[in-house]
Formats: sequence, structure tokens, C-alpha cells
Amino acid sequence: MNLLLILPILLPMVMAVISVLSGLDRARSGMLAVFGGVLHLCASGFLLKAVLDHQVLVLWMGNWPAPAGICLVADYLSAAMVLITSVIYLAVMVYSGKEITRHQRRSGFYPLMQFLTAAICGAFLTGDLFNLYVWFELILMASFGIMIMENPGGRLTSAVKYVTMNLLSTVFLILAIGLIYGLTGTLNMADLYEKVGQVDNTALVTGAALLLMMAFAIKSALFPLFFWLPATYHTLPVPVAAFFAGMLTKVGVYALIRLFTLVFVTDVAMTHTILMVMAVLTMVAGVAAAASQMDIRRILSFHIISQVGYMVLGLAVFTPLALAGTLVYLIHHIIVKANLFLVGGLIQRATGSFDLKQMGGLYQTHGLLSLGFFIPAFSLAGFPPLSGFWAKLLIIYACLEAGYYFPGVIAAVVGLLTVFSMIKIWTEAFWKKKALPVDSPVEPLGDIPFQLMGPVLCLCLLTVLIGVFMEPVLKFALVAGEQLMSPLQYVLAVKGGG
Amino acid sequence: MEALLAMLVGLMTAAAFYLMLSGMLVRFVFGFTLMGNAVNLLIFTAGRLTHSDPPLIDPGQTGLAGPVANALPQALILTAIVIGFAMVTFLLILLYRTHHQTGTLDADQDAFLTEISPSEKGKRS
Repeated sequence: MNLLLILPILLPMVMAVISVLSGLDRARSGMLAVFGGVLHLCASGFLLKAVLDHQVLVLWMGNWPAPAGICLVADYLSAAMVLITSVIYLAVMVYSGKEITRHQRRSGFYPLMQFLTAAICGAFLTGDLFNLYVWFELILMASFGIMIMENPGGRLTSAVKYVTMNLLSTVFLILAIGLIYGLTGTLNMADLYEKVGQVDNTALVTGAALLLMMAFAIKSALFPLFFWLPATYHTLPVPVAAFFAGMLTKVGVYALIRLFTLVFVTDVAMTHTILMVMAVLTMVAGVAAAASQMDIRRILSFHIISQVGYMVLGLAVFTPLALAGTLVYLIHHIIVKANLFLVGGLIQRATGSFDLKQMGGLYQTHGLLSLGFFIPAFSLAGFPPLSGFWAKLLIIYACLEAGYYFPGVIAAVVGLLTVFSMIKIWTEAFWKKKALPVDSPVEPLGDIPFQLMGPVLCLCLLTVLIGVFMEPVLKFALVAGEQLMSPLQYVLAVKGGG
Repeated sequence: MEALLAMLVGLMTAAAFYLMLSGMLVRFVFGFTLMGNAVNLLIFTAGRLTHSDPPLIDPGQTGLAGPVANALPQALILTAIVIGFAMVTFLLILLYRTHHQTGTLDADQDAFLTEISPSEKGKRS
């Protein structure tokens, strides 16, 4: 039963090895990747089912006794994150079949994406701090490879920015891990939960906690450490940008949630206040920067930043309801954001450009695409009854309930400004008359094949379903929030199972 | 001994940050390497410095006889060295390609800030 934990990591790795060794042609390697995605989705689904039955699952790798060995742990949060990863992975794999060029495939697009997925799932499932660092390095390595695959002309300098910033964050991460090990003598997160409280030198613990916060703040693009993200994401191929936009920053958010609910809760007044200030500034900075952009992908990139602010705000408020809101927000945001980047690619296909000034009239010519944009865009902006409305409502409600009126008001205002950006894309790309062609760099390809439209519509359907059937999702998220706020269940499962 | 190593780590970190803040990207690589070594030293020191036996169980025994050295920091450092090595290698190749394309590794120069792809280059000339 507990072996289910290893499947979401192992399956993509096996698929990666197969796709490297088999040397299949384009169509077949695409089909293999989709097949791998389906298997991954099944494994994640079973994992979630098992977690619903048993609350917390633990697997000790190599059967080393606790707490010396490395364990994989799945609680509600981890299982939900793994499931959502596999949904996005599958959608992106289906989309890639038509979008990825021969050169990109030859430079290892599929194996790298599979390794990336394995590493992301590893980061979600690990129960060991050093192991988390290793998964983060794997994520980085795979994402570096994807970023500069094929002929990366024109995006080398943006890759340099991404690489240097992320290397810096891993240095902070390992620095903090060294300090924490020196203070407590353990790196198992459940073990740390007990030992961190016993350390006499609380100042040093807080120092290490802040180093970790900085490392993950760079990864999750929090203010004022987000500048690598808008410099990078708009240069990536569409499926890659969608996967990165959906998943990469969210791994950082997940690590923040895990560490600042389980381990570093000794000085909440300080750490979570800093998180709250950062979250509020992130929301405002992201949405303000997005308002001034005219390139679809840049607008969407800046909105990632502002949305990450909401999730961290939920963590900073630090009540079960707020954490439940964060989880709902994570699920909602990953689906919607990945979907919007895919739609951005389709818009580029239909009009030949990512620049809003050069497009128009899509509502007339591409009805289905309009629907495909409308649902995720206005879910992102928080229109009822779509998923974003509930996510925003939960976060704002939790803020007000806990007495944080100012961040709550800011969150609501940022929501309004998000509507402004989405309406800008909607009117420019879909409603206004088609602009005269001004030497557009790529010729429009016209019709959109079903293989590209399919994943977009499926993710739209998911957004609508989550919005309409909010009750079970909310119940699940509330249990997850309780689990995070009182981690005794997690700790007992890990410590008792060794 | 710990105090000495702590100061050394501090010195190396300061030097590394000075190098990394430079706009010249080659200096960033040196800074990053130095920083990696500083962190490894920190983990080593955090594992407590003792003069003790290697953690090996004598033949015929079922457990360790006396106090032994802590093996975990060494395993951590080894992992960190391997990963750091791979990262530096990648970074060097990336910078080489960047220099090949833009002709500069100074992040403040125009050629770096306004990188254009080869296809656009052909169009403009």
C-alpha cells in the first residue's frame, strides 16, 4: 500500500529512460509521453484515495530506521499537489504533441519534462529537508535543460538570469540546512518539529528560518525577489511556459507552507509577519506591473507573481481556514494559469503574434477559443461561480476573520485590478476589430487542431467543475488546513512508523 | 578550531557575495564556487569537530565500541559537492554560449540587455 508513494516519482523517471533509449519518432514519443501522463494520473489518483483512507502515509526508503533514513510522506496537501501536477503534466503532454518541433524533441524535450515532473513530485512528497534540497536541484537541472533546448537564440540572457537567481536560492537553502543540522542534529522534518522547540538559541533558529524563507521566496517569486520570472517566462515555448507557470513557483510555495507550518512555528510573530508584508507587496507589485504590459505572456507572467501573493497571504494569516484557502488557491491557480498560457499559445497561432496591439476579432473567427480564454481568465479574476471566486473569497474571509483588515482589503482590490488586465486582453484580442497586419513576425496558422484545443477545454471544464462543486473540495481543504495547523498526526505517522 | 572555521566561512561568504554582485558574469561563477565551498565548510563545522575514530564496526562486534566521527555531514557535503559541480559546469557552458552570441559577459552592456535571436539578426543586417 505504502509503495504507492514512490509511483508518482518513479513512473516519469522510467518513462524518461524509455524515451531516451528507445529513440522513437515524433508521433510515437509523443504518444509514449501521453501514456506516461495517464499512468501518472492514475497513480496520483490512487495515492489521493489512499491518503483519504489513512490520513497520512509514510514510506521509509531502503528501510533505514527513523529518523536516520529518508522518508516519503503524503498528507492531504502533498497528495493534492501531486494529483494536480499529474493533471497539468498530462494536459501539457497532449498539447506538446502538435506544438513541439523536431529539434526540440531531439534536444530531449520529453525526457527532461518527465524528469522535471518526477522531481516536482519528489519535492511534494519528501519528508526530509536535505532530500527536499536534492529535489529542488533536480528541478533546476531539468528546467535549465528545457529552457535552453533547441536553438536558444534570443533567450540565452533570460536563461542566465533564471539560472543565476535560482542557483543563489539553492545556496541559501543549503546554508540554512547546514545551520539547522548544526542546531538540532536532524534533518527529518517531523523530527525537526520536536527538536526545533528545544533549541536554546532561538535567535539562530529564526535566522536559519529566514534564510530558508529567502531561498523559497526566490523560487516562488515573492516581492522583492521576483525579477527573474517576468524576464524568463515569455521567452519559452508555449507548453514549457504553461508547465513552468503552473508548477515551478508553486513548488516554492508548497515548501514555504510545509516548513512554516511544521517546523518553524516557534516565532510566528516574526516569521509570519514578514511573510504577510511580502505577500501584500507581491500582490500589489505583480498586478501593477501587469497593467502596463501589452504582451499576453508578460501580462500572464506578472499575474503569476500577484497570485502567489494570495497563497502566501493565506499561509501568513495562519489559521486552518486560511491554510484551506491557500490549498484551494493553489489548485485553482495551477489549473487556470497553465491553461491561460496554453490559450496564449493558441491566440498566437490564430493571429501570429503575442502582442495585443496586433490582434483582434478573435471572437468572430474563433468562437471556441474565446470560450477557452473566457473561463480561465475570469476564474483568475475571481468571478463567481468559477474556482477563483471561491479561492479569493476564502483567503479574504480568513483575513477578515483573523482581524487582518488591511491585507484583506488589499487582496480584494488586487482582485479588481486583475479583472482590469483580463478585460484588457479580452477587448484587445477578442472584441476589437482586427488590426491591419503590421509586419507580424509569424504568419498566422489559421485553424487550431483539436489536439491543442482538447487540453485547453478539459482544463476549462475542470475549472468550472471545481467552481460548481466547491463543497467537497472545500471539505477536503479544511481537513488539510487542520492537518497543517496541528501537525501531530503527521509527526506521529512519521516517528511511529520507523 | 570552530571559531576559526566560523570566521573563515564568514570571510569566504563575504568575498563570494562581493564577487557575485559584480556585473561581470565570470566573477559570478567564481563567487558561486567560493560560496559553495563556504557552505560545505559550514556543514562540516556544524557536524562538530572531534578527533575520533572512523565510524566502522569492528569484526565480530554488533555495535560501535567508542565515540566515532559523525558520518552524516560528510555524506551531505559529498552530495552538495557533486550537485555544485554539475551546476558550475552547466553555468560555464551557458555563459560560453551567451558570450558566443552576444559578444559580452558584462550584464550591464547593451549587447547583453538587448539580446536578439540569430534569425532577427539576419533580418536587420
